[in-house]
Amino acid sequence: MNETLPDNAGYVAAAYLVFVALLLIYLSITAYRLRNLERELSELSELADGEPKVPEPAAEGTSSP
Amino acid sequence: MYGTRLGPLSLVTVVALVGAFGLAAFYAPMDADQGFSQKIIYVHVPLAIVTLCGFVFGAIMAMKHLRTRDPRYDLKSYTAIHMSLVFGTGALITGMIWAKASWGVWWEWREATLVSFLIVFLLYCTYQPLRFSIEDPERQARYASVFALTAGAFVPVNFIAVRLADAYIHPRVLTTSGSGLTPEMNVAFFGAIIAMGLLFATFWKLEMTNKHTRFQVRALKRKLGGDDVTIGGGRSAAPRYIEGPDGR
Repeated sequence: MNETLPDNAGYVAAAYLVFVALLLIYLSITAYRLRNLERELSELSELADGEPKVPEPAAEGTSSP
Repeated sequence: MYGTRLGPLSLVTVVALVGAFGLAAFYAPMDADQGFSQKIIYVHVPLAIVTLCGFVFGAIMAMKHLRTRDPRYDLKSYTAIHMSLVFGTGALITGMIWAKASWGVWWEWREATLVSFLIVFLLYCTYQPLRFSIEDPERQARYASVFALTAGAFVPVNFIAVRLADAYIHPRVLTTSGSGLTPEMNVAFFGAIIAMGLLFATFWKLEMTNKHTRFQVRALKRKLGGDDVTIGGGRSAAPRYIEGPDGR
């Protein structure tokens, strides 16, 4: 392997891997925050569904048993 | 709407990054002096340049915030500094790897370029704790803008001071008398700077979209849930301005 790779190839690979790792870490954090946002949106959706608190008047001519 | 054109921008960024690193790997020749380890500059130097530009951009946005008191500029400044710290971390780590490969040491305290970058980086590391220490959102934004403006002005001054220093061992890539790189290296190097700038712009836009959407969701939550709904989750270093659902 050392016959095909130039000197210091490990350091060069490490530097580029650090860059890729930073990208992945940042994207993971963004994905986590997106999940939280999704949860907040579902809470919002529940709030919106539960908002009409005034009961609708029963239609005339119908009676409940 | 900060998410507009985020998709095409991401695509262009990916193409630019792959292209630039491809040029660095296959087109740019091996450096006669440093050998293969010189390839690190195509990621390290663009990271460092974009970091410093991000700090200056944050300062410009902070200045706009102080002039207009528009909280959107505070958010833009905060996001730029936040992203610059991420890029700065990358610049420091890749720089240390390059130093080890070229000089045989991870860090050289006598080298002005390294130490000055570290000082700027550490200075900006205090930005988040400063924000966090101030509870009132308006005061927090104002103080943070003053900090961002002062520190942002320090960046070019620091850069010039280091350039004027006589003794240095750190190679100069960008100089007025030519970069010291071959034309092929220059193509890869400036391609990498453009690609890194695009990456910064994409992440900044993504972060702005994320924060803006969160503000909108919380504003709507408060509107629907009344005062019972807690907004912002207590003290935070992030800007906490509340917008209407129309984004104004």
